[in-house]
Amino acid sequence: MANTLFINGKECEYTDEPNLLEVIRKNGFNVPTFCYRPDLTQFGACRMCVVEIEGRGIQSSCTMPPEPGLKIHTNTEKTRRIRKIVLELLLANHDRECTTCEKSGKCELQKYAEEYGIKDIRFAQKKDSEYLPIDDSNPSLVRDPNKCILCGACVRACSEFQGHSVLGFANRGSKTVVQPMAGRHMSSVDCVFCGQCQAVCPTGALTIKSDVDAVWSLVTNPQVRTVVQMAPSVRVALGEEFNLKPGENVIGKLNAALRKIGFDLIFDTNFSADLTIMEEASEFIERLSKGENLPLFTSCCPAWVRYMETQHPELLNHLSTCKSPQGMLSSVLKELVPKYFDGYTKENTYVISIMPCTAKKVEARRAQLVKDGRSETDYVLTTQEIAKMIKSAGLNLAELEPEPNDSPFGLYSGAGTIFGASGGVAEAAVRTAYEFVTGETLENLDFKPLRGVDAASRTKDAVVDIKGNKVKVRVVSTLKEAEKSIKQLQEGAADFHILEVMACPGGCINGGGQPRSCDNSKIKEERAAGLYKEDAQLPYRKSHDNPDIKKLYAEFLEKPNSHKAHELLHTHYKNLFANSYKDLK
Amino acid sequence: MTASTRDSADWKRVDGIIDTYSAKKSNLIAILQRVQEEFRYLPEDIMTYIGTKIDGLSPATVYGVATFYAQFSLEPKGKYIIKCCDGTACHVRGSMPVYMSLKQRFGLEDGTFTSKDGLFTVETVSCLGACGLAPVVVINDKVYPQMTTDAMKIIIDTILDEEKGE
Repeated sequence: MANTLFINGKECEYTDEPNLLEVIRKNGFNVPTFCYRPDLTQFGACRMCVVEIEGRGIQSSCTMPPEPGLKIHTNTEKTRRIRKIVLELLLANHDRECTTCEKSGKCELQKYAEEYGIKDIRFAQKKDSEYLPIDDSNPSLVRDPNKCILCGACVRACSEFQGHSVLGFANRGSKTVVQPMAGRHMSSVDCVFCGQCQAVCPTGALTIKSDVDAVWSLVTNPQVRTVVQMAPSVRVALGEEFNLKPGENVIGKLNAALRKIGFDLIFDTNFSADLTIMEEASEFIERLSKGENLPLFTSCCPAWVRYMETQHPELLNHLSTCKSPQGMLSSVLKELVPKYFDGYTKENTYVISIMPCTAKKVEARRAQLVKDGRSETDYVLTTQEIAKMIKSAGLNLAELEPEPNDSPFGLYSGAGTIFGASGGVAEAAVRTAYEFVTGETLENLDFKPLRGVDAASRTKDAVVDIKGNKVKVRVVSTLKEAEKSIKQLQEGAADFHILEVMACPGGCINGGGQPRSCDNSKIKEERAAGLYKEDAQLPYRKSHDNPDIKKLYAEFLEKPNSHKAHELLHTHYKNLFANSYKDLK
Repeated sequence: MTASTRDSADWKRVDGIIDTYSAKKSNLIAILQRVQEEFRYLPEDIMTYIGTKIDGLSPATVYGVATFYAQFSLEPKGKYIIKCCDGTACHVRGSMPVYMSLKQRFGLEDGTFTSKDGLFTVETVSCLGACGLAPVVVINDKVYPQMTTDAMKIIIDTILDEEKGE
């Protein structure tokens, strides 16, 4: 039976909520917070969520478990006063140049300061000499310590999701900062650029390095032809920026918006997700028959690839040699668009990808993915950035009429769509591998044990029976979980043939470049549901059934793992530990 | 950064210290104290090493602990560590003039604590629990009670003479 307590005089039920804050929110009330993130441990740092409890005084609601009969008041003279002072003190040593801040309009500090009517800050603004340097040394994330409020969300995200703890607190008292080891740049401490630190940051202390201006100058340049692709997860999250529900598929509206902005050709990364499956499933079957380099590690996630290169270079032979879907499509587009379309040349064709991911920006700059002196993917925009572009073009995505994308690199199967959720790559690969091996049609396409994006599903195991051959599939999301599987492999206890890894909790749908979702654990489940819904509705649900994929192989690539396919679709990895800051001996 | 210039004997010492404390996260402070005893400070590469060797730690976390506690130094400390007590009792009995005289003598600007020749490190501590002897100065674990600027000068002169004699 549920217990009850009283919130602002109303009797409210609660069951297994971990803290008062969750009970308060579940019952239609709210309290502000900077540091509480449902997917991370409770921290109690910011003191914004304080409530007054009769007989107990002031308590922070994020750290206090519910008890029956508590009489809680969320909005009293005292709690308001405390919150205002917290805000004022935070603003006292905060860089207050709001209008030029990347987070402006999305910043919680800005929002609460407005809501609580902070009109006058009694403390002097920091002197110029007190400002700390900004770290924008990498293509993906910008760290501005002058906007940090020390809520510790990023520190927890780095350690609890990735087990990596690149960021940590340093110094003490008023000199406390959050920074990588010894104040180094993020690019020199083996950061994988998953962007989860940025995704939970309430202010502009960690932001995405914007490529919006560069892309605007391309789309407005008549001499340039822009070709754009977007990842599966973008379509089920972008709508949130325009007041649509999480999980609502806006691919048609996005196509329309991109055309209105001025992109010349619109293709879809889902197409190359299908292509990835063709290659990766074939690669897996080959490895399985030879018994070589098993288990096979997926290579779609750039944060995971970088993690392997910097932390476990001795296991790089396990990584699939397939480029990521972004990398594959960019190579194909650079090669074939000038052949298929008039007016497009190698020189004037620019490929822009829209990704849920901050690490993709780093991936695009990989030396292995540069051809003729240019990155094959010229620019990567995150979902957040494309939302900004659409808004600044004066468009309301929600009201646009859906439009189809362009042919022949736009058609995709359901297998390509589910790439965006943890378990999706493995499921797609199994659908194709099964039919490749057996030559029979697979009837039940839904591999339920591989699905699920909540915190309890960060490691999933499934056994697939391919004609008596039991293939063991392991799916993990977060590098912390991945590290456990790696340990098992090193100890000889690994019991799986395929390891699918996505670095963000729940997969790309919860990527670092997605619209803000850190207040609500359910959002990623709704986004994943959106992908599986599209999968179920599409005419083709297996990558090898996609007619445009068949055509591409027939006309150009010959067959999976052919010489030509290898040239265009496969890559190699580099031992980066040798340059890592941890390489000491 | 690539491989440091540190020789393998140093790494053996660090490994030895980590092993002494069974490479446990909860022993981090003890490990750092031992490293500081051995190396006179906490070198960045050794902190990084500790952060990678012990489960559950990272270099950034080790650095966080090292910078949180005043007992740890990230710069090489001098052969003689002079701790001037500036607790309440020592303060009212004139610890600051003694401290200032030391800073002036070694030419220490704000933010630097070790003399250029690497011989002396001057720092303040909050209370040594010897308030009856205020103001107190401790040099390498030897306690000097009821210090004055003149007495301090003689003590330093003596140390310098001994150094020359060696």
